[in-house]
Amino acid sequence: MSYDELRHFADSWGLLAMALLFLTLIAWPFRPSARARNDEAANMIFKDDEHG
Amino acid sequence: MATRPAKKGFSHKKIERNVTLLGALALLTVTIGGIVEIAPLFWIDNTVEKVEGMRPYTPLELAGRNIYMREGCYTCHSQMIRPFRDEVERYGHYSLAAESMYDHPFQWGSKRTGPDLARVGGRYSDEWHRAHLADPRSVVPESIMPPYAFLAEKDLETGDMSNDLAALYRVGVPYTKADIAKANDDIQAQANPDAGAGDLQKRYPKAQVRDFDGDPSRVTEMDALIAYLQMLGTLVDVDRAAPQGRAGETEAAR
Amino acid sequence: MDTLVAKAGGWLGLAFLALVMAAMAVDAPFAVHMIIVAFACLLMLWATVSRADYEAIARGLLKMPADEGVYDDDPIRWGVIATLFWGLAGMAAGLFIALQLAFPALNLGFEYTTFGRLRPLHTSAVIFAFGGNALIATSYYVVQRTCRARLAFPTLARFVFWGYQLFIVLAATGYLMGVTEAKEYAEPEWYVDLWLTIVWVAYLIVFLGTIVKRREPHIYVANWFYLSFIITIAMLHLVNNLSMPASLFGSKSYAAFAGVQDALTQWWYGHNAVGFFLTAGFLAMMYYFVPKQAERPVYSYRLSIIHFWSLIFLYIWAGPHHLHYTALPDWAQTLGMVFSVILWMPSWGGMINGLMTLNGAWDKIRTDPIIRMMVMALAFYGMSTFEGPMMSIKWVNSMSHYTDWTIGHVHSGALGWNGMITFACVYYLVPRLWGRPRLYSLRMVNWHFWLATVGIVFYAASMWVAGIMQGLMWREYGADGYLVYSFAESVSAMHPMYLIRAAGGAMYLAGFLIMVFNVWATLGGRVRTEKPMTETPYNAAADRPLAPVPAE
Repeated sequence: MSYDELRHFADSWGLLAMALLFLTLIAWPFRPSARARNDEAANMIFKDDEHG
Repeated sequence: MATRPAKKGFSHKKIERNVTLLGALALLTVTIGGIVEIAPLFWIDNTVEKVEGMRPYTPLELAGRNIYMREGCYTCHSQMIRPFRDEVERYGHYSLAAESMYDHPFQWGSKRTGPDLARVGGRYSDEWHRAHLADPRSVVPESIMPPYAFLAEKDLETGDMSNDLAALYRVGVPYTKADIAKANDDIQAQANPDAGAGDLQKRYPKAQVRDFDGDPSRVTEMDALIAYLQMLGTLVDVDRAAPQGRAGETEAAR
Repeated sequence: MDTLVAKAGGWLGLAFLALVMAAMAVDAPFAVHMIIVAFACLLMLWATVSRADYEAIARGLLKMPADEGVYDDDPIRWGVIATLFWGLAGMAAGLFIALQLAFPALNLGFEYTTFGRLRPLHTSAVIFAFGGNALIATSYYVVQRTCRARLAFPTLARFVFWGYQLFIVLAATGYLMGVTEAKEYAEPEWYVDLWLTIVWVAYLIVFLGTIVKRREPHIYVANWFYLSFIITIAMLHLVNNLSMPASLFGSKSYAAFAGVQDALTQWWYGHNAVGFFLTAGFLAMMYYFVPKQAERPVYSYRLSIIHFWSLIFLYIWAGPHHLHYTALPDWAQTLGMVFSVILWMPSWGGMINGLMTLNGAWDKIRTDPIIRMMVMALAFYGMSTFEGPMMSIKWVNSMSHYTDWTIGHVHSGALGWNGMITFACVYYLVPRLWGRPRLYSLRMVNWHFWLATVGIVFYAASMWVAGIMQGLMWREYGADGYLVYSFAESVSAMHPMYLIRAAGGAMYLAGFLIMVFNVWATLGGRVRTEKPMTETPYNAAADRPLAPVPAE
């Protein structure tokens, strides 16, 4: 694959694929089903009062 | 981000609970950018343009360059002229990639507390450099440069310079066998005109042979550093190399 | 007994080897370094054979509690002390070289005290010695608490601490003697780099080992940041420091890459030393200590997931913005600029995540000077991660590059973000690690906060003005078509700015000195009798606050 072909691909389908992947990945952690687990993870640092 | 496959049955939870996976994915994520940006520089041909006149440093210039690095000159001086009208008028033709192709490491710098030095070679006399390095404020009253008078007092002690040239050869600098074998003699030959330059200038075109520090009796660190400064930017005929960048080089601005 | 003999023999052998290396050295600095190494080995030998309990002696000396807790905290306590010690050295060096730029006579005429040799000393001391020790200490603290597991490989963990101090000593003495690879922030020579590699791999093993033996299924987000920081720094360090020694018995080496390739490799390293050492690592501190001090969970854990992956993915690309308009190919410059601008988003996402953690507890900014420091750190993080992308735009960079604006930008990040968050973490850690009811004085924390903040404002503002002034003077054309200013004129115009900068740095250092005293007094078990920071005068009879009274 020459540089020009690579460049052309990067400017078109590659760009579109990256944008879609990006949006999917951003949306992923915000699934409603992940809420409970994330809250649990965020609070885990407070479970042990004795030793910080 | 491109590393979190969203296929069914796989959730970020797995990564959050498996440190091997987390570490591997993090490493993958951070390598992508570097590979895409750095790797092509090694295989795209026009990254470094073909120019006439570039040659490896003579052993004396190399020793001077090592002093330049040792003293941290790069913390205040750049060696990279950008293609702007004011920089080209102040410092000379903008720098070409080829001009630092033998620089291990590069010394482009990032700060101009002092002026750019990419083309300082030949702009000032050796006497000026001696006075300026020994006491910068004696010739430039506004200067805030540290004094380097000790350079003139210290004999140039490089160890066996053949080792240095051989090391550079191993990382790709085209020194010849003769260059490496004669490295120590070449230092004397370049700094001491009475010693006879031999074939130094044939192996290193445009090498300047003279006593640089005003003391012909010995070769000092001052000799080496001035030899380096005086050759900076003098090797390549830049106007032939890049005709599109014809710039009126004027001394008036300095 | 056999192991004792073997250990002692091992140290003696190493010391002997180092002395042989020193004897065969081809240059003096290499000999000095090998003697330092031999000295370190002999110290270890002495410690081994005399079989005294040095940890106990250290505990007595540093007034540390006997370590009977569930966690292995001794190396963390040493790390806190080392952070303060190197911070003091690095910041004092910084103030000194700032004064050298205002008064060049302060170069003193010795080769060892020139700006060119002291500047790497300053940058390495504050980044790698102060910042590095803070990162190692806090990562040991956080990984144990969030994994509910004692530190893995305790001997190796101590090796990491002492090995890292040896690295600092070798690097710093090397700079003074002119031993340098002359690549910014990667100055140590090849053998010091090799030593750091060994220490760093040990660090990774200790950190991973602790995570592996955790008793908490979930790996807390702070650990992801620490892990990516350790892994990425290893990668950057190895690639950027590839070099060919001129002699195995000499300090000099030549970089593997040259010119444009070396330039991009260096700034790929340099920018990501900022991105992973000074950002990812310190964000890890933020993700643990801000919620702990605020006593509230992080604002959005989901945002922190996005923050993590996007930050580490995007940061790596931004390096070329250090090489705008140079001989680096244009496509690489553009790529670097675009990613730098995009990087603004995850940076601010992280800042918002940290600040909003205080949502519903904003009053703590008024009542708790440690929280106030954390908030100021995040504010400076936000400011410098806005300024950075702006300066990476080629049009802005054409003026800001090579000027003191860059220096101002770096320091608003380093003093504001890294410094402030480290101070806050040290203030958080010291009473807990030494088992004290509280710090010696909270009012001193307040003094520290204000001195540091005003100091940074002086620093950043003066360097911003200085940078723009330089950029404009260098490109100023007169009506006659000639450049108006010589370079020397732009240098003399900097003088007042350099004075203001040094004043700002002096204030920052003064605040740090207050901190050192405060920590020292806390270690001594003293508690200053002082009025509480916030006490609303209260009229018990009327059951309402008194009318405001003027301060004494």
